[in-house]
Amino acid sequence: MIEQAPALILLVPFFVSIFVALLGNRFQGICFPLSVLSLIGSVAASVTTLGRVINEGTIRYRLGGWEPPMGIEFRIDALNALVAVAVSGVGLLAAIYSKRAVLAETPDKVSQYYTLFLLLITGLLGMVITGDAFNLYVLLEVSALTSYALIAMGPKRATLAAYKYVIIGTIGASFYLLGVGYLYIKTGSLNMFDIHEQLIARDIFDSPAILVAFIVITVGVWIKMAFFPLHAWLPNSYAYAPTTSSAILGPLMTKVMIYVMIRLTFTVFGSDFAFIQLDWSDIIVWMSVVAILAGSISALAQTDLRKMLSFLIIAEVGYMVGGVWLADDMGLVGSIYHIIADAFMTLCVFLFAGIIFVKTGKRDITALDGLFTKMPLTMVGLLVGAFSLIGIPPTAGFFSKWYLIQGGVASGHWEYVIALLISSLINAVLFFRIIEIAYFGVKPAEGHGHHDSDTHESGPNEASFSMLFPLLATAAALLVIGLYNQDIVAIISSFVSQFNFGVIGI
Amino acid sequence: MSSESITSFTPVFASIVSLLAVLPIALLGKKPNLREGATFVAAFIKFGLVLSMLPAILAGKTIEYTIWEIVPNLEIAFRVDGLGMLFGLVASSLWIVTSLYSIGYMRGLKEHSQTRFFSFFAVSLSATIGVAFAANLFTLYLFYEMLSLATYPLVTHHQDKEARIGGRTYLTYLLSTSIGFVLPAMIFVYVKTGSSMDFSSDGFLNGHIGATEALILLLLFTFGFAKSGLMPFHSWLPGAMVAPTPVSALLHAVAVVKVGVFCILRVYTGVFGTDFLQSLDLGVVVAWIAAFTIVVSSLIALSQDNLKRRLAFSTVGQLSYIILGAALLSDRAVTGSMTHIAMHAVGKITLFMCAGAVFVATGKKYISQMDGLGKKMPITFAAFSIGALSVIGLPPAGGLISKFYLVTGAMDAGQSALLVIFLISTILNAAYLLPIGYRAFFPKDPKLAAEPFSWKNTQEASWQCITPLSVTAVLAVILFIKPQLLLQLAGLMVGGNG
Repeated sequence: MIEQAPALILLVPFFVSIFVALLGNRFQGICFPLSVLSLIGSVAASVTTLGRVINEGTIRYRLGGWEPPMGIEFRIDALNALVAVAVSGVGLLAAIYSKRAVLAETPDKVSQYYTLFLLLITGLLGMVITGDAFNLYVLLEVSALTSYALIAMGPKRATLAAYKYVIIGTIGASFYLLGVGYLYIKTGSLNMFDIHEQLIARDIFDSPAILVAFIVITVGVWIKMAFFPLHAWLPNSYAYAPTTSSAILGPLMTKVMIYVMIRLTFTVFGSDFAFIQLDWSDIIVWMSVVAILAGSISALAQTDLRKMLSFLIIAEVGYMVGGVWLADDMGLVGSIYHIIADAFMTLCVFLFAGIIFVKTGKRDITALDGLFTKMPLTMVGLLVGAFSLIGIPPTAGFFSKWYLIQGGVASGHWEYVIALLISSLINAVLFFRIIEIAYFGVKPAEGHGHHDSDTHESGPNEASFSMLFPLLATAAALLVIGLYNQDIVAIISSFVSQFNFGVIGI
Repeated sequence: MSSESITSFTPVFASIVSLLAVLPIALLGKKPNLREGATFVAAFIKFGLVLSMLPAILAGKTIEYTIWEIVPNLEIAFRVDGLGMLFGLVASSLWIVTSLYSIGYMRGLKEHSQTRFFSFFAVSLSATIGVAFAANLFTLYLFYEMLSLATYPLVTHHQDKEARIGGRTYLTYLLSTSIGFVLPAMIFVYVKTGSSMDFSSDGFLNGHIGATEALILLLLFTFGFAKSGLMPFHSWLPGAMVAPTPVSALLHAVAVVKVGVFCILRVYTGVFGTDFLQSLDLGVVVAWIAAFTIVVSSLIALSQDNLKRRLAFSTVGQLSYIILGAALLSDRAVTGSMTHIAMHAVGKITLFMCAGAVFVATGKKYISQMDGLGKKMPITFAAFSIGALSVIGLPPAGGLISKFYLVTGAMDAGQSALLVIFLISTILNAAYLLPIGYRAFFPKDPKLAAEPFSWKNTQEASWQCITPLSVTAVLAVILFIKPQLLLQLAGLMVGGNG
């Protein structure tokens, strides 16, 4: 079993999705338990794999026993083992949350929903562990097609948003495929590691085709991760989708694409090519500064809770793209750590938004009126997520900022440091606006009138356990990721250190 | 200072004991007497623990404990030295007094959500002691942020429109400065030195940074710790006066604001090192900003009719004395500023508790309404007058001692121009504090003045309110007669600079 763990990470949800598709219509009750079980399996497999990677180093798994570069190879090192744990973990928590939400929002499409949901996670996990550039494209499309459908299952506006997403998403994927085509022509290989070796062996880094491939792939990936100004598809898609869909897409889609960007930049093209030969670091860091500020400021203008959070995702994407392109090892460490941290904090706030929407049916932030009294535990969950997004120690978000700012300082990119700080402060404004409404009510009393301690008309009215549990578990995870950041960073460093990086920036 | 250090869990426990107390406080929410019992038990244990470390500290040792390394080379660690002990003693002893006062105040006014109030009060004290005993910049920052957030529900306790505005100002100022200034400054220090950022008696920045960087860092830290109320980042303090008075008394005259100046003192002495700052001649910049704050805030205080707001502006000014003393960098000035932490704390908490007692007993908030009130509340206004003397710096109250050191320290530093500031501000202090007590006993209105005084006609607040403010007033006098302990603790820090 342990030998096969890398494949099981995605095969378990994949096969179960087929089961759900076949049997779910007749026995609707099995969809939820099967999905959760399969994701527990996936989490177990990815944790096992991570353990093996830490002990044994990089794992090379040949799918079906075919030799690379012809066969598809999963090559799992510290980077993707870690991301796979995060992706499967977030998937599991979102699946637990879905129990009530799916019944409430898409009651007539339960089995279809779970089929797509599992396929989406299969696609995302596949992108993370595959070592084959074309295989990555296939899985990219698997996750993209399922996510279009998962978004379109929402109300009317969601359909329109999904349509926009289909168009832009397809362009992004095509760009990526085009780039892979160039690489294949030049190197005759699709295996990521083999491509890199071929590039070195044939010494064709100067070739314009490689440059074009790099640009086209990077832009394609940027479109898929909603890097400003290529972000227009994201806010409406995530704001109007069913809440489970946004709870899985919000945290994972963009983060997995960041992973893909890092993987392609470092493993396929190599840091020498991307950071020394091209030397675009300054421009791209400035672009990320704009992305951070644009995302944060747009979030300020929103009154729809999930739309506000969607704009925050765009700002966070800016953090990570910038962090990678600081061309500093601490910046890269920070970006990778932020993939994990941000996946969980985005999950935390989207679960919160989902609970509120399912409970009250309202989208805008007035739905939070007096929530500290009505749903105290839910608010505790939100507080942790909010503190993490603001960057208050000891939550995970503080430490990702710690490493990212350290990278910014060390590489002398002060504009990036300032953008991060401004965005933290804007997050503070955003979340304290929410906290105020929940604490004072939409319209607080003029004088302070309520002196009696027993005037609360209604006691607490918490969300059901299946919704509350994932929220609080995510909040706990944020604290654990924060407190044990050093152990996570140690794993990340074993990936980053192989690039002999950091001196380049200075 | 190559002092001996002891490894002990006591400082950690002294910090978290009140955090642990939140559990019984919350669980006993339905039984107010038991709930407040839990607060008292925690307060006494906390004070006892701090006190138990005093002999070792006085013997010139330090007490350390490392919890764990959280970022490479950076630990969450505790270390008790003279300055930390001084501040720890002040905060933990005054918590006991304030707890009794809170009972009188909160029950007297039948406030809502008292369980929440006592819980967050306990959390705030944990954070305060955490700051006092922090061994490095990172731990300091951790508890500093914790304090900002834990006090927010206390500031906004009334949950009305005014509280919302006050709370908004409060967090805007405190969070934006700590995230915007202190965090980048701290990371910059970490990147430049790669060290554990442990406070050491002669700083650790010397040799790592140049003069311009030092100036920028100094300003980032000085303004970043906005809890110190240095202008122009002071507006949160008057805004925080919407809080119930026990909060204003302990947190916004002692714990929170002193944490601000404490952090500044720590950074000057433990991060930069006074010698390094002196060699770059950077103290003067901060000294004049502080001097400006002292004068302006005193002038504003003069014009306030709301008693708590007047006291708040007075606090802004007094805090800048402490910053000024630290910025002068001479041994005597630094000693003065450290002792002033304690002296001002005792004086100002008395004043606030008196203001609260007046509000509980009569519902009056404005100074203009307090004419002749001394006859009805003689104990309260007697205590008020002693507190006022201490804050102004007149005998027989402790404030004189620290001011003496500050003034002589300024001369040592060769900043004679600043003596004028001390003179002006003392006159202003007297002008905005003395009339309150005087008018209370000798009203302008002849009708009120004619009323004979008799103990039967008095209308004091409950004993839970009166006892604490009498105790702190007496303490202010005791500190005048016997300031040795404070001076000794402060001397431990200054002595290290040779």
